[in-house]
Amino acid sequence: MENKVLMKGTDALAEAAIQAGCRCYFGYPITPQNELPEYMARRMAEVGGVFLQGESEIASINMVLGAAASGVRAMTSSSSPGISLKQEGISFLAAMELPALIVNIMRGGPGLGNIAPNQGDYYQATRGGGHGDYRTPVFAPASIQELYDITMYAFDVADIYRTPVMILGDGMMGQIVEPTICRKRQKIDLPPKDYILDGAKGRPSRIIRSLILDTFEMEEHNWKLKRKYDLMRGKLPQHEEFMVADAKLVIVAYGTAARIAKGAVKRARKEGLSVGLLRPITLWPFPTQAIQDIAKKVKHFLVFEMSTGQMVDDVLLALGGKADCEFYGRPGGVVPTPMEITRIIGRYWVQKEISG
Amino acid sequence: MKKVFTKPKSLKDAPFHYCPGCGHSIIHRLVAEVIDELGISDCVIGVPPAGCAVLAYNYFDIDMCEAPHGRGCAVATGFKRAQPDKIVFTYQGDGDMAAIGTAETLHAANRGERITAIFVNNAVYGMTGGQMAPTTMIGQKTTTSPFGRHPEVEGYPLLITDLIATLKGPAYVVRHSLATPAKILATKKSIKKAFEMQIKGLGFSLVEVLSPCPTNWKLSAVDAFKFLESRMEKEFPIGVFKDVTKG
Repeated sequence: MENKVLMKGTDALAEAAIQAGCRCYFGYPITPQNELPEYMARRMAEVGGVFLQGESEIASINMVLGAAASGVRAMTSSSSPGISLKQEGISFLAAMELPALIVNIMRGGPGLGNIAPNQGDYYQATRGGGHGDYRTPVFAPASIQELYDITMYAFDVADIYRTPVMILGDGMMGQIVEPTICRKRQKIDLPPKDYILDGAKGRPSRIIRSLILDTFEMEEHNWKLKRKYDLMRGKLPQHEEFMVADAKLVIVAYGTAARIAKGAVKRARKEGLSVGLLRPITLWPFPTQAIQDIAKKVKHFLVFEMSTGQMVDDVLLALGGKADCEFYGRPGGVVPTPMEITRIIGRYWVQKEISG
Repeated sequence: MKKVFTKPKSLKDAPFHYCPGCGHSIIHRLVAEVIDELGISDCVIGVPPAGCAVLAYNYFDIDMCEAPHGRGCAVATGFKRAQPDKIVFTYQGDGDMAAIGTAETLHAANRGERITAIFVNNAVYGMTGGQMAPTTMIGQKTTTSPFGRHPEVEGYPLLITDLIATLKGPAYVVRHSLATPAKILATKKSIKKAFEMQIKGLGFSLVEVLSPCPTNWKLSAVDAFKFLESRMEKEFPIGVFKDVTKG
């Protein structure tokens, strides 16, 4: 039987990265994710990997770039303001098609904001985030086991598609402690790393670059990336459905908000309201198809986010006007209780005159 | 017949795009000659900057990875930490090294990263069309200091090489000039020594090279080399600032 241990979010993520073969971590301190680099500082020494605290977020992401171009599994982690600083590097990673893992443990914003759990970086994460025409796969786990499993999977996705990948959590996901099975890495067939720079020994020299001055050549590179993103749109979307089968109203929420919403759905069910939950696990690519499938039967959706409303745009896009969709948000680092969300569900149920 | 002069093996058979009289072609050649002489072309990784020399990878026949503007020393750190047995160097201009990349440069130097930085100082932003650089001299006119750099408005030229020499991490910190053939040969000697110190694992090595930019200085190639000696070398004295192999 596999060993189940109590693990904190940040530690689970770090250990999963180690188990996935990550051997280079570069980062800069920022709350609420400091336990992650602290864990890495100890563990990388044990496994003979590299831990280096950069002088800034910018330096750290560029160290990741150098390590990724070396062919090593590399990662960095930060929280909202720090992720803003990393965006230049993430754009370069996307342009150069280099695999890497970037972890954003979101906090309240904009600006310095606060250090409480928040979901205000959804737009930044799912729209590329930096300059230029690119996308980054984004995973939003909602339990520590899922955080562990997705971290391992994220490195494979990065290698398969040669892309930076983001794990989007929040202060709550980083801090909570849950029983977790620390699975070993399942090796899968990965494409050969025939792009890495390790000294041109016995082969022609290689270049890794993002500068493409010829407009037609740049256009072709953009279309090449687009084809890759389309491939990901087909293969990567993941979601969880909870009590959706007979639901008249479906809540859409991710990460910590989805955990709260799940509690609210259970309470609402006890009160006789047929409510379900759709939880996107991938935020980009968004589980658009799943929402459209549900919308064939369900005519009422309620999006709940710990922000003033960002993912709700993707839900509205998916619905295309075919179902009613409302939004409820708590920005600023406020974490509402399931009871509060249950009240919102009840109010919505009455307002919209939903029955059954 | 004995061949006495040839193109270095570490340079591709590609004509330089640099302006007539530009120092980059000379410095590219010096670095390539050193790579050949040390026999490291199959274990060296170069990191060119944003700026005129971004296209260095079109000329060097070695593995090269472009860095975002100013981040050369951070990218090189990633390479070196991931592959400690490789020889890693950055090739950076003054804006890259001493303005936008000051933090990355100073901290890599301070950590004593086993990398070599080739720092080409021509006192202007070349590729963007001759704007004021951190190393633009007092009184020097550029497109963004049209009345001449004034210390009360734009501050003083930043002597980053002198700064780096005060740190404990670097092993070898020198400044050279391309003003005369003798000085060019001295530059090459130091580039070689900088690479050798990296190979020996002694610490960060930096070779600053004062280099002409006739186009943006609005001088002929010949006058630009004269300006290098009469003006730049006064502001940026050439010499060895730190050498851990000398007691």
